[in-house]
Amino acid sequence: MNNEYGSTAKVVLSVSNVRKKIAHKWIIDDVSFDVREGEIFGFLGPNGAGKTTTIRMLVDLIRPSAGTITVCGYNVNRHPEKALQFVGSIVENPEVYTYLTGWENLQHFARMQPGVDEARIAEVVEIVRLDQRIHDKVRTYSLGMRQRLGIAQALLGRPRLLILDEPTNGLDPKGIKELREFIRQLADEGLAVFVSSHLLSEIQLLCDRVAIISKGRVLAVGGVDELVSRNSPYVLWNVEPYDKGRELLAARNGINITDPADVSLDDTVIAGMGTNSVITIMEDELIPEIVAMLVAAGIEVRGVHKINPTLEQLFLKLTEGETIE
Amino acid sequence: MNNLLPLIRNECIKILKKKRFYVILLILAVLVPMFTYAQMRIAERSQDKFNSDWRLEVQQQITDNQNSLSSDRIPEEWKSYRRIFVQQLQYYLDHDVNPNEPSGVTFTREFLDNSVTLFIPLLIMAVASDLVSGERTTGTIKMLLTRPVKRWRVLFSKMTALIMFVSLIVLSTFLVSYLISGLAFGYRGFNVPVFTGFQIGGDTVNMSTVHAVPQWKYILMQCGLIWFVSIVVALLAFMVSVLVRSTAASIVVMMATLIAGTILTNMASAWTTAKYLFMVNLGLTGYLAGTPSPIEGMTLPFSMAVLGTWGLISVIISFTVFTKRDILN
Repeated sequence: MNNEYGSTAKVVLSVSNVRKKIAHKWIIDDVSFDVREGEIFGFLGPNGAGKTTTIRMLVDLIRPSAGTITVCGYNVNRHPEKALQFVGSIVENPEVYTYLTGWENLQHFARMQPGVDEARIAEVVEIVRLDQRIHDKVRTYSLGMRQRLGIAQALLGRPRLLILDEPTNGLDPKGIKELREFIRQLADEGLAVFVSSHLLSEIQLLCDRVAIISKGRVLAVGGVDELVSRNSPYVLWNVEPYDKGRELLAARNGINITDPADVSLDDTVIAGMGTNSVITIMEDELIPEIVAMLVAAGIEVRGVHKINPTLEQLFLKLTEGETIE
Repeated sequence: MNNLLPLIRNECIKILKKKRFYVILLILAVLVPMFTYAQMRIAERSQDKFNSDWRLEVQQQITDNQNSLSSDRIPEEWKSYRRIFVQQLQYYLDHDVNPNEPSGVTFTREFLDNSVTLFIPLLIMAVASDLVSGERTTGTIKMLLTRPVKRWRVLFSKMTALIMFVSLIVLSTFLVSYLISGLAFGYRGFNVPVFTGFQIGGDTVNMSTVHAVPQWKYILMQCGLIWFVSIVVALLAFMVSVLVRSTAASIVVMMATLIAGTILTNMASAWTTAKYLFMVNLGLTGYLAGTPSPIEGMTLPFSMAVLGTWGLISVIISFTVFTKRDILN
């Protein structure tokens, strides 16, 4: 992950002061950011924040009410036939023609752009590893295979910018991991990748830089680590006996105990937590010290879990208490 | 132009692979034998009755129609229709030409006459109604419009493919009808004379412009007119499919207007401004056969102009909407 995303890399996608009004309501209100060559740019926001609307504007499905979007120097809305040559995209689900085979689908999209021959189709099929089933009707494909066909379609024209809208939707954990590695590899080859997501963890694992969007406004743009490290993580303590442990933790400086009801945690975490858990917000450097303190006080420490801040928590910080909804 | 051809090819492949065209051929292959059989029964019956003398049959038809003219229960519009019909039959009789000479060609001619206002438009809707709305229903429109191709080119390629398939549908309707009915009635009859050029004014038919043309020429003119009607219907259905998001809604809208057209044709003779609606103008082949127009003052050039205008307007609306609209879902 040692990408240079300083000012040296060339800007591929530039969005400046874009606004969109739909039915007398500003759905997107002043969004600006740049995406550079070789970087994976995350677009993070809760559902309904305007992520998809923004993405649709990036690929000329929707015309912005104000502001400009340029790809490799071409205005997307004024010269889509030029700008979109450099863009491969999947907007929402990878919707391809189910009554055609995978190969016929790729041929179909190849005819819509210059310089894509059969050899290139074979090449992208190889890249997404669909060669076994490419001549079957898409109707028979699994969601993961359709996703890969969608990516193959997006890569056909050797794009400079790849736009993926919630790409891990519907994929199993193995598929997600593969996709992540694949995207990283593409970025290392110099492609700019724009990925939207409502999951902070996904953005953290994948992206170099991130723009956080809420209610049609960009709240922050910056390096992922920089934004995420502004927040203290949750630490879950599984202690026995519970009451005494909780008392000790509460008394310690630098630890805030929160109610489980106030925190939105992943289901997997909740399932593994057990009943006797205390949820705290604290700096993780303190953990060894606290463990020692608890043990010294005769309390059994059955488990300590560090949980990364959720998107919600990040939002609370950025909007200073204003909730997402 | 060179980058339009691959796009048109794409659209043709999609129409073929969706198997819509085969469904149309199948419908024809099932329905035409039914009509052929019905026609055969009619022929058999009249043969029994008139000893295969067509003159007797036509004379009987004339007498029947004349008798009904004296009845008070028949509305005035029908009476004038029958008066015209009688005059035409008389003309055929006077010139010793059988208007219903049974043959595959005659059957085809009559089948085309009867199918131009509803049956062929329905077949065309099967292709036209989901050309754009189908892509929106399945979401593939997003893939289609995020490629480096201007939107008007995408729409133009769809429209071109549509016009090609409409022509193919008209041609196959003729071929299927001729080939299947020929099995029952024989394949000859292309040179049988048919009268055309009846000029209808009020109750009377002006016979001065009537002339005989060989049946093949008549069918050629018929097919040309049917093709024109079909293109206009296709363009209208195409516009609806651009405007409406779901294919089902698009089909319902077009069906409703077409059926409204056939209802109006039967009752709108008093409402004269209805003649500017496209759906009462679909029966172009009626002008060849000399059937009275549904509304007074309609002529072949008038109907073609009305249809042409509707077609042109729908093309303009389709392109304006399609190139401007935001694709929100």
